[in-house]
Amino acid sequence: MTATVEFGKDLTGLERLTAEQITAILDVAEPFKEISERQIKKVPALRGKTIVNLFYEPSTRTRVSFEFAEKRLSADTVNISRSGSSLQKGENLVDTARNLEAMRIDMVVIRHQSSGAAEFLAQRIPSNVINAGDGQHEHPTQALLDMLTIRDNLGSLAGRRVCIVGDILHSRVARSNIWGLLKLGAEVAVCGPPTLIPHGVGDLGVRVFKRVEEAIEWAEILNVLRLQLERMHAGYVPSLREYNRVFGISEARLEKAPRDILILHPGPMNRGVEIDSHVADGPHSVILDQVTNGVAVRMAVLYLLAGGSPDRAEAAKQEDRS
Amino acid sequence: MSGPRLLQGARVLDPAQRLDAVMDLLVVDGAIARLAPAIPAPENAEVIDLSGLCLSPGFVDVHVHLREPGGEHKETIESGASAAVAGGFTSVCAMPNTDPPIDDPAAVGFVLAKGERARLARVYPVGAVSVGLEGKEMTEIGELIAAGAVAVSDDGHPVWDSGLMRRALEYTQVFDIPVFSHAEDQGLSGQGVMNEGAVSTALGLRGIPNASEDVAVARDCLIAELTGGRLHICHVSTAGSAEIIRAAKARGVRVTAEVTPHHLALTDEAVRGYRTDAKMSPPLRSASDVAAVRDALVEGVIDCIATDHAPHHYEEKEREFDDAAFGVVGLETALGVSLQEMVLGGRLDLLELVDRMASKPAQIAGLPAGSLADGANADIVVFDPEERWECRADRFCSRGRNTPFKGRELVGRVVMTLVGGRTVYDRRGERADARATVKVSEDVG
Amino acid sequence: MPANKNSVVMDERAVRRAIARMAREIVERNAGTEDLILIGIHRRGVDLADLLAEEIEKGEGRDIPRGSLDITLYRDDFSAIGPRPIIGSTDIPGNIDDRSVVIVDDVCHTGRTTRAALDELADFGRPGRIYLCVLIDRGGRELPIQPDFVGRHIEVGPHEDVAVLVPREDGELAVQLRDVE
Repeated sequence: MTATVEFGKDLTGLERLTAEQITAILDVAEPFKEISERQIKKVPALRGKTIVNLFYEPSTRTRVSFEFAEKRLSADTVNISRSGSSLQKGENLVDTARNLEAMRIDMVVIRHQSSGAAEFLAQRIPSNVINAGDGQHEHPTQALLDMLTIRDNLGSLAGRRVCIVGDILHSRVARSNIWGLLKLGAEVAVCGPPTLIPHGVGDLGVRVFKRVEEAIEWAEILNVLRLQLERMHAGYVPSLREYNRVFGISEARLEKAPRDILILHPGPMNRGVEIDSHVADGPHSVILDQVTNGVAVRMAVLYLLAGGSPDRAEAAKQEDRS
Repeated sequence: MSGPRLLQGARVLDPAQRLDAVMDLLVVDGAIARLAPAIPAPENAEVIDLSGLCLSPGFVDVHVHLREPGGEHKETIESGASAAVAGGFTSVCAMPNTDPPIDDPAAVGFVLAKGERARLARVYPVGAVSVGLEGKEMTEIGELIAAGAVAVSDDGHPVWDSGLMRRALEYTQVFDIPVFSHAEDQGLSGQGVMNEGAVSTALGLRGIPNASEDVAVARDCLIAELTGGRLHICHVSTAGSAEIIRAAKARGVRVTAEVTPHHLALTDEAVRGYRTDAKMSPPLRSASDVAAVRDALVEGVIDCIATDHAPHHYEEKEREFDDAAFGVVGLETALGVSLQEMVLGGRLDLLELVDRMASKPAQIAGLPAGSLADGANADIVVFDPEERWECRADRFCSRGRNTPFKGRELVGRVVMTLVGGRTVYDRRGERADARATVKVSEDVG
Repeated sequence: MPANKNSVVMDERAVRRAIARMAREIVERNAGTEDLILIGIHRRGVDLADLLAEEIEKGEGRDIPRGSLDITLYRDDFSAIGPRPIIGSTDIPGNIDDRSVVIVDDVCHTGRTTRAALDELADFGRPGRIYLCVLIDRGGRELPIQPDFVGRHIEVGPHEDVAVLVPREDGELAVQLRDVE
C-alpha cells in the first residue's frame, strides 16, 4: 500500500533527485500545510532532534521559514550566523563542521556563499545536511516550494510552460527550479539580459528568451527573480531603471499575454525593478502562497530526512500491515 | 668518482638519434661513453641488466613550481627534485613565483645552490620578467641569465601589459632565451574557478571561457611576430590557442608551446562533486579541446609535455571550491598519464613520447639534456611501459598530494633514474620483491 | 484451532450488527447526541466513523459532526522506524472544547495509536469527555488504555494478525484473521 521512496542522508540539490523523490516531498508537504493552520502549531515528530541552522550569508526569509518548520516539528534548533560568531573569525568550514559534530547534532541546514559548500559539508559529517542555498549552485527547498505552489494552482506540472526571468547566471533558485521542473515534466525557459544568462544553459534542456515579451507570449508561469543590486555595480546591467524598462514584469506587458500568467517571486522583491507592484499584488500573483508553502515543504524535507534510511522505510512498511 | 657502469639489454629510445633498438650503454665519469649493441663489460664496470625495460634520455620538465623559498610547507627544492626523479625527470625548470620571487641574481643563485645540494634532478631557475612579478618594471634579465637562469616568466600571472611583453621579447634576444608566457586575459577570466560551459553552469561555479586563453595567446604570438623574440606558451588548454599557435608557426613566428598531462587526459567533468584536485589554471576544458590539444601535440604544433607541477598543502585544497588553491602536482604521474593517453591511445609511439618529454623541452629551454649522444650527460630514465599501477598520492615523494589522478590505474612507470651517471631513484629492488612474491604464490598454488 | 489463511471471523452482516450496537451504546452512554463528535483515525477508522455516524443519525435524526486524525507525526516510534512516506490529513470539525469526542479505530492492540491520538487531540483543544470505540479489541495492551465501546474481542495467536476491511480502502466490509510468518 505504502509507496516506498527512499531518501539519502542529505538534500544538497534537486539535480540528483528522481521525479519520484520530488513528488514524494511535495505529497508529504500537503498534510504539513494544515499543521500551520492549527492553534497549537506543533507536532512532536522530531522531538529530541537537534538542528543547527548554519547561515554564512545573511538571510531572513529562508532562515525564519526553516526555523518555523523545525519548531513546528518540535525539534530543538540553534542558529549560527556569520556576524558575531567564529564563522566571522575565519574558522574554516571543515573545523566548523567538526565542532558541530562533536556537539552531537542531528541535522544541519546550511546557507553558504560558495557553490558546493553543502555537499562539502555533507561528505564530511554523518548528520543530515540540508542545503538552504550554496553560492550559485542550488536552493532546493525554494524550488520545491515553487513547484508546490504551481501544483496547488494548476493541478500538475507536467507539460506546463515555466519561464524563469532575471539573473539566471548568479541564481541558485533558477538552477534548482530548472532541475526540478524538468524532472516533473514541465517545459522550462529562462529569460534575462545576455550578460546574466550562463554559458551552456541550453545544454541543461531549457529554452532561452532574450526578450521578455517573447517569454510572456510563451509562458503559463513566470518565476521572477530578484535582481541583486550588486549586479548593477559589477556592470552586468547598466541601471535599475533600464532593467525595469527592458525586463521588468509590468501590467502593461502581461496584458498582451494570450493567457493568464501565474506570477511567482522567491523574494525579497525589488518593487519597480524586476516586478511592478500591480503585478506583485495582482490577482495572478501567488507570492504569499509561496511563503506559506515554504514552511510546509521544509517540514516535509526535515521529516523525510530525519530518519530516512532504507531499512527503516522497510520496517515502516511491515508495520503498516497491522 | 664511481667506476664505469654498463647498462645492458634495454630498449634504447633516443629521439635525437632517431634510435629505437635494444642496445647496451656505457657510462663513464658521469657521461655517455658508448652506445652500441653488446658492449663487452670493461674491468671494474658495474653491470646493470635492464632487459625488458625502456631506456631513454631523462625527461625534462620546463614548468614546475618548487615553492621554495617561501612555500616550504607545500614543497621544497629538495622534495620537488626527489618527486622529479621519481617521475623520471632529470632536469626541471623552476618557476619564479616564490616568496620572494626569483627576480634578482641572488635568488637565482639560491635556487641553483639548493638544487645542487639536493643532488637529485638538475634544477634550472626561471627568472621573473617583472620585478616582484608585478607586471610593471622589467627585471635585470642579463644578470639573471648570468647567475644561471635559463628563461624568464611571470608564470602564475600573465604579463598583462602588452608593452612590457614587447620589451621582454625584444630584450631577451640578446641572450637567445625564451619568454615563458602564462597566457591569460584576466578580465575574461574574472573570478572564474573552472572552465565555462555546461558543467560550470550546472555546478554554479564561475566560468573561465576559452577566449580568456585564446585572446592572450593571440596577443603574445603577434608581439613575438612583431619583435622576432622567442616565445614559449605555457600549458595550452584550448582548441583555439592550438589553432593560433599553428597559424603563427606557419608564418614563421618563433613560438613553442607545452601541454600538461592533465589537459591531455581530463575534461571539466572531473570537477563534478566539487573536486578541488581538479581545480587548476588554466582549467580542465571540454572534450573537443582535449581532442584538439592531443592533435596539436601529435602534429608538433604543441612541442612538448610539461607538468605545471603545482604542489599545495592539503588544507589549501580541503575547502570550498571557490576558496581552494589552483594547481595540481604532476611530476610523478606524468609518464603514466601521458603514456596511457597518447601511446596506448595510439596517437604517439614511445620514441615520439620521449621526444615530447625529453628532447623537445631540452631544446626549448636550451638545456644540456634530452640526448644520449656520445659525451652527453648520463641523465637517463629507465621505465617499464607496461607496468600498471595505482596512483597513490600518499606514496608521493612530493609534499603535494593534490592530484586528480588519485586512485586511478596508470600504465607506464619509472624503474630507475640516473643523473650524471649516478643512481638517484631505483625501484628495481621493489620490483624484484614483487616478482618473488608472485613466484612464491604461484609455486604454492 | 489454527486459523486457515485469511479466515473470515466477521462478515459484513456481523460487522454492521456490531456497529449498530456500538452506535446505540454511544448514544446511551453519552445521554444523547448533544456535543457528540466522531473522529476516525486514519485510515480505516475514518471509514468506520462514517458508518457509525450514519447509524446514529438513522436512530436520532440529526447530523453528527465527524473528523479524521492522522497520528503519524505523534507516533512514539519515530526513531525506531523513521518517517512514513504517506501522511493522511487531519481534519477536526470546529472547536472540540468541552465536547464529547469519540475516537474511532479499527483495531485496539498495544494502545500506542490511541495514546498518540490523545496527544494530538490535546493540541486541538480540551474535550469534556473522550471515548474510545474500536471494532476489534485484540488484547496485548502496552499502555493503561481500554476501549469504551468494542465490536468484538478476538484472541490473536502469535503467528496471526487481524485485519479489518472497509469499503473505501478494501472494497468490502469484514474482519479477517491472517497467518503471518
